[in-house]
Amino acid sequence: MATLPAEVLARRSARRRRREAIVTHVCLIIGVLIFAFPIYLAVIGSTHSASTIGRGDVPLLPGPDAVANYAQAWGTGGGRFMGVPAGGMLINSLVMATLIAAGKIAISLTSAYAIAFFRFPLRMVFFWLIFITLMLPVEVRIIPTFQVMVSLGMTNSMQGLVVPLIASATATLLFRQFFLTIPDEYVEAAKIDGAGPLRFFVDILLPLSRTNIAALFVILFIYGWNQYLWPLLIVNDRSLETIVVGLTKMIGSGDSQNEWNVIMATAMLAMLPPVGVVLLMQRWFVKGLTETEK
Amino acid sequence: MRRTFFRGVGLPYLLLAPQLLVTAVFFFWPAGQAVYQSFLREDAFGLSSEFVGLENFIDVLSDRDWRGAAARTAFFSISVAALALSAALFLAVQADKHIRGAGAYRTLLIWPYAVAPAIAAVLWLFMVHPSIGLFGRALNAMGVPWDYKLNGDQAMLVVILASAWKQVSYNFIFFLAGLQGIPRPVLEAAAIDGAGPVRRFWTVVFPLLSPTAFFLLVVNLVYACFDTFGVIHALTQGGPGKSTETLIYRVYTDGVTNLNLGSSAAQSVILMILVIGLTVVQFRFVERKVHY
Repeated sequence: MATLPAEVLARRSARRRRREAIVTHVCLIIGVLIFAFPIYLAVIGSTHSASTIGRGDVPLLPGPDAVANYAQAWGTGGGRFMGVPAGGMLINSLVMATLIAAGKIAISLTSAYAIAFFRFPLRMVFFWLIFITLMLPVEVRIIPTFQVMVSLGMTNSMQGLVVPLIASATATLLFRQFFLTIPDEYVEAAKIDGAGPLRFFVDILLPLSRTNIAALFVILFIYGWNQYLWPLLIVNDRSLETIVVGLTKMIGSGDSQNEWNVIMATAMLAMLPPVGVVLLMQRWFVKGLTETEK
Repeated sequence: MRRTFFRGVGLPYLLLAPQLLVTAVFFFWPAGQAVYQSFLREDAFGLSSEFVGLENFIDVLSDRDWRGAAARTAFFSISVAALALSAALFLAVQADKHIRGAGAYRTLLIWPYAVAPAIAAVLWLFMVHPSIGLFGRALNAMGVPWDYKLNGDQAMLVVILASAWKQVSYNFIFFLAGLQGIPRPVLEAAAIDGAGPVRRFWTVVFPLLSPTAFFLLVVNLVYACFDTFGVIHALTQGGPGKSTETLIYRVYTDGVTNLNLGSSAAQSVILMILVIGLTVVQFRFVERKVHY
């Protein structure tokens, strides 16, 4: 086999590399489009009138009715029988998601602190009791948990939406893991300076945990916002409706005469806060996700 | 291991109390209740109940409808997991390459994580609706009789696609983190030894990713079994007929609509055993078997 000059080889491999890069770009662009297209279509749907969509002339370019549709979705809601304004539902979702995230973080921080920095009887028993709740997702025990809620009179209330969901084995594990990496010298120094355990917790541990708390908050906020089965069961007072459940109630059996324009506008409003959180806090989000699940 | 501790016995219990209280009231009480009820049967008026041993379980396990739902759940979960994992792995391998705009691609592939399953279902419904959806109409115009509200197979296809669509970004994030953890010298050594990109992927990259892949497989199966309730509830309500009714959907309908508590409790207990099994498998295998 004749040897080719180095120049020719170099040019060839450069060409091959460029070709590979193009293939990579094409694959990724197709992937991105597959994820973006349903959203694009929802945006388009939210800018046309109900009759345009109902006729089935699905347009591919924005229409003139965006302002009217979003105003209706926000202020009065859609659906032929009972409209619930998206504004109120968004506030409910925001309150629920924030309280769930904050509650999970608060009680997990304190319980991880107790387990990592104290010695007391039954320590490991409590740790395992928290740990095994990993194996009991809310969906699995949904009906008996609902019965407990009924006996406690907690249905149809914001506490009912939030409190049962704030126990968190994953957050406790994550904080415990992190606390174990904090050197003993910190504790010794605190003791020498006469700082008690609560002072140590507030002045040293919390500031050190800042990034972990932020990362976890992003994940848990989205977890709370996207709850479905639980609010569907617990709440039938429509003033407590969350946006995700309220949205699917607008659809009913998926009739083509639905006000699809308002439904799509509501869908956009329902997606905006969690997607915004992911995009704005991407770094923390990825950190939180990959660390909590391991 | 920590050697220095704070003294005090009351304080740690106080710190643990909120978590333990919520756990006891909303996890262990209902779970115990489910186990207890699964051994009881109420009379037709709900006035009294008697101990029936394993009868509820035997009834559930021999119920033709329940078995159908179990088989359907298996098919559905495996399809969702296979689709979501393979698509995510493919995209992660592409996004891990040194190309211009890699960061932008990552961002654009990550955000669907934030979309709730039920909202993913609404978006898909708007695309595949037989009379107003872009693709639904196109299929019908091409002569394909498309109506997921009448055709069970089509309904199954739509819920699988919508559920997988939502899960890809999650898997993508983990695969990408796994890929970035593979030491470059290993890949370079393989390249110098003459292994092409495909060979490098299957003999070096994939084995190194197998712990991630296995972890994700379990997470995806759990997601497909339980979190997809929203997708199914919003898209098909388990129909047409029972063609998209999964086990968790059945627990919901038996408990809420049919108020058959003994049976619903027995089904819940079976599902708990399933999750416990999956979790145990995950913890055992991630530690040991699947390694390089």
